[in-house]
Amino acid sequence: MRSGSARIRFGRRPTVAVAVLLSRNPLVSRFRAPPNARNSRNVPRRNDIHKILLIGSGPIIIGQACEFDYSGTQACKALREEGYEIVLVNSNPATIMTDPEMADRTYIEPLTWEVVAKVIEAERPDALLPTLGGQTGLNLAMDLAKHGVLEKYNVEMIGANAQVIAKAEDRDQFKAAMERIGLEVPRGQTVTSLAEARKAIQEIGLPCVVRPSFTMGGTGSAVAYNRDHFEELVAHGLEASPVNQVLLEESVLGWKEYEMEVMRDKDDNVVIICSIENFDPMGVHTGDSITVAPAQTLTDKEYQRMRDASIAVMREIGVETGGSNVQFAVHPQTGRLVVIEMNPRVSRSSALASKATGFPIAKIAAKLAVGYRLHELPNDITRETMACFEPTIDYVVVKVPRFAFEKFPEADPTLTTQMKSVGETMAIGRTFKEAFQKALRGLEVGSFGFGCDNKDLWGTPEQPTIEAVRAKLAYPNASRAWYLRYAFKHGMTVDDIHELTAIDPWFLANLRELIETEEELRKVGGLAAVSDALLRKAKREGFSDRQLATLWNSTEIDVRNERKRRGIVATFKSVDTCAAEFEAYTPYYYSTYEDEDETPPKQPGRKRVMILGGGPNRIGQGIEFDYCCCHASFALRELGIESIMVNSNPETVSTDYDTSDLLFFEPLTTEDVLNICDRVQPDGVIVQFGGQTPLNLARALWNAGVPIIGTSVDTIEDAEDREKFKNLLDRLGLKQPANAIVRNMTEARNRVAQVGFPALVRPSYVLGGRAMEICYDMQQFERFVVEAFVVAQGQPVLIDRFLEDAIEVDVDAVSDGQEVIVAGIMEHIEEAGVHSGDSACAIPPYSLPGPVVTEIREATCAMARELRVKGLMNVQYAVKREQGRPVVYVLEVNPRGSRTVPFVSKATGVPVAKIAAKAMVDVSLAEQGLTREPIPSHVSVKESVFPFAKFAGVDIVLGPEMKSTGEVMGISERFSIAFAKSQLAAGTLLPSEGQIFLSVTDRGKEHMVGLARQLEQMGFELLATRGTAQRLEEARLRVTRVKKIQEGHPNLLDYMADGKLRLVINTPSGKGARTDEGRIRAAAVFHGIPCITTLHAADAAVRAMFALREEELTVQAIQDRFPSYLRKRPPTSEGKTEPS
Amino acid sequence: MTQIAKLALEDGTVFTGSSFGAQGEIDGEVCFNTSMTGYQEILTDPSYRGQIVTMTYPEIGNYGVNSQDVESRKPHLSGFIVRQRSRRVSNYRAEGSLADYLAAHNIVALEGIDTRALVRRLRIRGAMNGVLSTVDLDDASLVAKAKASPGLVGRDLVREVIPDRALSWDEPLNPLVHLTPQPDTPPLCVSSAHVVALDYGMKWNIARHLRNIGCRVTILPGTATAEEVLAQQPDGVFLSNGPGDPEPLHYAQETIRGLLGKRPIFGICLGHQLLSLACGAKTYKLKFGHRGANQPVLNRDTGRVEITCQNHGFAVEAETLPPDLEVTHINLNDNTIEGVRHRKVPAFSVQYHPEASAGPHDSDYLFAQFRKLLPQRRS
Repeated sequence: MRSGSARIRFGRRPTVAVAVLLSRNPLVSRFRAPPNARNSRNVPRRNDIHKILLIGSGPIIIGQACEFDYSGTQACKALREEGYEIVLVNSNPATIMTDPEMADRTYIEPLTWEVVAKVIEAERPDALLPTLGGQTGLNLAMDLAKHGVLEKYNVEMIGANAQVIAKAEDRDQFKAAMERIGLEVPRGQTVTSLAEARKAIQEIGLPCVVRPSFTMGGTGSAVAYNRDHFEELVAHGLEASPVNQVLLEESVLGWKEYEMEVMRDKDDNVVIICSIENFDPMGVHTGDSITVAPAQTLTDKEYQRMRDASIAVMREIGVETGGSNVQFAVHPQTGRLVVIEMNPRVSRSSALASKATGFPIAKIAAKLAVGYRLHELPNDITRETMACFEPTIDYVVVKVPRFAFEKFPEADPTLTTQMKSVGETMAIGRTFKEAFQKALRGLEVGSFGFGCDNKDLWGTPEQPTIEAVRAKLAYPNASRAWYLRYAFKHGMTVDDIHELTAIDPWFLANLRELIETEEELRKVGGLAAVSDALLRKAKREGFSDRQLATLWNSTEIDVRNERKRRGIVATFKSVDTCAAEFEAYTPYYYSTYEDEDETPPKQPGRKRVMILGGGPNRIGQGIEFDYCCCHASFALRELGIESIMVNSNPETVSTDYDTSDLLFFEPLTTEDVLNICDRVQPDGVIVQFGGQTPLNLARALWNAGVPIIGTSVDTIEDAEDREKFKNLLDRLGLKQPANAIVRNMTEARNRVAQVGFPALVRPSYVLGGRAMEICYDMQQFERFVVEAFVVAQGQPVLIDRFLEDAIEVDVDAVSDGQEVIVAGIMEHIEEAGVHSGDSACAIPPYSLPGPVVTEIREATCAMARELRVKGLMNVQYAVKREQGRPVVYVLEVNPRGSRTVPFVSKATGVPVAKIAAKAMVDVSLAEQGLTREPIPSHVSVKESVFPFAKFAGVDIVLGPEMKSTGEVMGISERFSIAFAKSQLAAGTLLPSEGQIFLSVTDRGKEHMVGLARQLEQMGFELLATRGTAQRLEEARLRVTRVKKIQEGHPNLLDYMADGKLRLVINTPSGKGARTDEGRIRAAAVFHGIPCITTLHAADAAVRAMFALREEELTVQAIQDRFPSYLRKRPPTSEGKTEPS
Repeated sequence: MTQIAKLALEDGTVFTGSSFGAQGEIDGEVCFNTSMTGYQEILTDPSYRGQIVTMTYPEIGNYGVNSQDVESRKPHLSGFIVRQRSRRVSNYRAEGSLADYLAAHNIVALEGIDTRALVRRLRIRGAMNGVLSTVDLDDASLVAKAKASPGLVGRDLVREVIPDRALSWDEPLNPLVHLTPQPDTPPLCVSSAHVVALDYGMKWNIARHLRNIGCRVTILPGTATAEEVLAQQPDGVFLSNGPGDPEPLHYAQETIRGLLGKRPIFGICLGHQLLSLACGAKTYKLKFGHRGANQPVLNRDTGRVEITCQNHGFAVEAETLPPDLEVTHINLNDNTIEGVRHRKVPAFSVQYHPEASAGPHDSDYLFAQFRKLLPQRRS
């Protein structure tokens, strides 16, 4: 294979002759050729497979977010570029990957092996790539293998096969594998008696984690530090465990935690893409930890040892090609290295590593899976070099998780090995200090860095005492980062804090240095007095203008103007995978305060438009908005406009380096966005696609002269002003529920009488339905209104007449400023009162009479015209039957992109966000060919997905406060089947037999009788407690009486444990984890029993259950539903028809 | 109060930052290293003689310094530049701070400048001479000095870093290098193969590797003649790395010519360039060199890729390679030669650093390959 006597010329003067000579040698043939000039004869891609199945990760849940849309989208693009036909299955409509252009055949169907088997039967793919769809994709692939589906249809698993996956995922197999290669894992053993435990502890040693098996939410887990404590914990644990079994494991709590991202090709070439060091040591789930890249406190000897270990793990587990993630714990005093786990797939950390280094792990993983080797794939960023290298970075990356405990006040807010965060932000800086402060402000929780802002409690009456600080440090929690600051402020030292938290002293020392700078700044006293050197130092350490303004009693804009006057301005550096060793072609930037700026100049004659993203995911603002931002970017690029994306969320497609022409990975604050505007001088800025985040900046940006395009900032604000909104509705002759704004209790009591009961009470200027309650009488009202005033913090409280049993309707519309087209009218399944983001809904409406739909359509268009909307608008209506006829009420208008835009796009086949973006740059709807409302012939149902399983014991009742993290979609010709699919996709298994428990409030008892009759007809056994049972018996239904929890055994909880109970229908009369019904609902979640909490949803479920008896679920590609999406191939020179 | 320090380049650029380490003024060729770990190994690598090294990774000094992670007796480079040096040391093996270490070894260092801007300048313009000073802070004067700095080409820097006499080596590799606990390094005996390492500024990890493959190692200064080497009765000869331009080192090339075919030869870095020169090839100066721990190298025998540690500013010119030498390894970034083998006699060499330190261990098989060339001695 060597070149023999041929004289090969290498080096600095490559010539055409060199390229020709090189290409004759198969070993070196391709590493010089640019990607588009590849010699197809030598392309190593597999020609024996043509059609590849990809499985997405389904709805966004805690632990599995948009990162798998990002990886799946990259994989689709990468494989289609190679000429493969891609079949994609995913139940989540809010993903870019399920856009009809992304795959050849796209199935938005439930992710169960039975359904995917139908897709396989229909499509007959040659291969399945299981490693890019998160844990869901991996598990599903394993199920398909286990049930013989892959064998039956001769589908090959590429990337990693079933044995490999089992070896990595199965605790015992993994442990055995690690032992074979001489690597340590934490010592552990399962015991069933105290005697056994005593023996085991000899080997395991103290401290030791004692985990009772199969307890709810892992309750009873604790760490034993001495023998007595150990025996006590084991005894308790054995008792608490339903199987009298306890897992003992060597405690690695407080050890240093690291992750390595590894890639391997079929020739066993292995590279490390990124190392990550966790700020929070072992004991906190890595998804809940602040993490830093690259590793900061390892010498080269220790780093290389970890590198060798990662590669050894990859080889031993046998992941053939692609990316994996290996987690390690390192003892801080001895350096002892233990392997914690390995993910044989692309993971959340891979997405982070990709964004942190610029190396597209998912894309490369997909190409490796079809036969390429690392050195045959170009590095897109440098173009000249190949993907076979290890990225080296010249900046520091900090990721900070975002939590949602305020939504689940009953949940335990201590951070543990179970992930609880709902999103994350990433920041890049030249130093850890800079990146850390940027990340804290990117988190969008009201902090503008490490203290010195409005959220800072130091120096306020609420300043925490040292005892409170110590308590907050000892148990990891969402606000620990800020409590570290209070600890230093209280005079604690790095070593004191390290003692309490086990956070590495290097990180702590950096935080201390920030406080030293803060004190230096404080001492200066004011903006006028500060020296250039100190101001520059502060900016280089990541201090925001807001923090400086707070320190000096100034304003953000004054600080900004003054530092600009002094020439202290942000510079932008590129993320280039190579620390500037090679020229970078991919325009991916971060801000820092250095000498040289690397942003490209504006191209003459080409417009630049900037899109502001949505920042970290949170409940109420997630992937749906990122979807809109991506579409805005695609639309601009289609028009030849240079698109600029600004976002701080590493999970997203919007922060992929090839989504936009320029990418700025930056926090979404006024300062950071203005800094970018100063450099790139955009011709327009789009604020209506990124959810609330960019809207919150709109006014300040507009005032600073930023050219915001689309619906005006004034209009956006007017729609939120209740007075102006009321006038608008009056002008248009539209109704809204009776309402009032009150400022004190007396006023509240007086006005509620006019509004009437039931009344909805909520504080103003509080988002996401916080502290929103429905009151049925004066007594309830008095109680809740007090709470609302507390949460409102001096702002007024709003009282609305609550429209009981009304049907809620969501409408998305698009306008170019002249024409308005309704894009989708969604009828909610749950009645008004459940947050629209938590409700299931259907397109087209399934029960609304035609004239009502027409009325809604006309009202929407009238409001859009009146508000001069240019772009997207969302309206929420309630339809209530009054005196026998339906009356339409307007609940809310949002002149911006909404959460439902992706669902509407998928249901109608019309890319609404793209159309809106084009309208915003003055391409009319007519020019875009959109002249009338798209009404699909099939029914699409969206269902929400909730994180209750992660918050043990929390009550799951739905209300005006949004709690869902994600969504799924079911599509069918019939509403009932579409609903059934949506339930299946959301993980709610509608039963076909067994027991169903009914418990309904008095107001719903009549309704319930009808439901119960239908259930009995289908042969279900009905269970109920006394009150409900009596009512059912009166209606001559057969019912089994069960005891309430406090009435002893066997009560409902026993039936649940028994396994025959298949469905709980329980509408709440009260709420809270401590009530009997709250415990029932929480227990249902724990046992995985579907629990329906509204009668409307129960109706839909019963319809679906009937339908499922009549017909089998079938699957259909969305390309077949919308013939306009004929196969659009990306241009490629490498079709599979070419000779190999 | 922080003391100001300045770096001036021959193109007239001046960077102003803060001084740490020693005070003073030094000149040298300004280069950059892209390795994110291993600053202590880099500092003590004698190949950096005559150079001012900039680390591209901005946070340096985090894990301090220790007495184990050294590649020679002391730092040899002229000056050291980082974006931010750590004030706090955190590592269980740390024995001191970077700043103290540099001060103790009289190394002038600079922090706080836009190191990425400097690196980009070097990448675009090529390697440049520069002056780093804490004493002269006059820009014009510093630039003039930078222009007058002699640079590396044509200079013999090897003589400045070599040992003055023969040494025997007995230190094995650091146990951290092994993933799993290894049996103790076997004691040397009469049957151990004897390797003479010609030291042109050798990194100690090379000697440690030779020791670990069971060799008795004698280190001779790189100025030794072939006769002096053969007088040691070696089973094989190793040619080490070292600083600067290989071309002027005629004595070394002469020695190698006298050993070729007589004993198996293995060369690393400068040793590779000298072997190539001795066989008739020519070397040239790279635009800005390869310095880092992430350089991909294709092994043409196996088709496999190794991620390698590299530190060289000169390379062997492919067009001048004599028929006796065949290319065994190439750099996947720029296709430069990374390894050659003699077709007729047992001699091979690589441009990169299989001994790693700092860097990945992908290429340590080369030591075993060398061991195979050595005769198995009877006891």
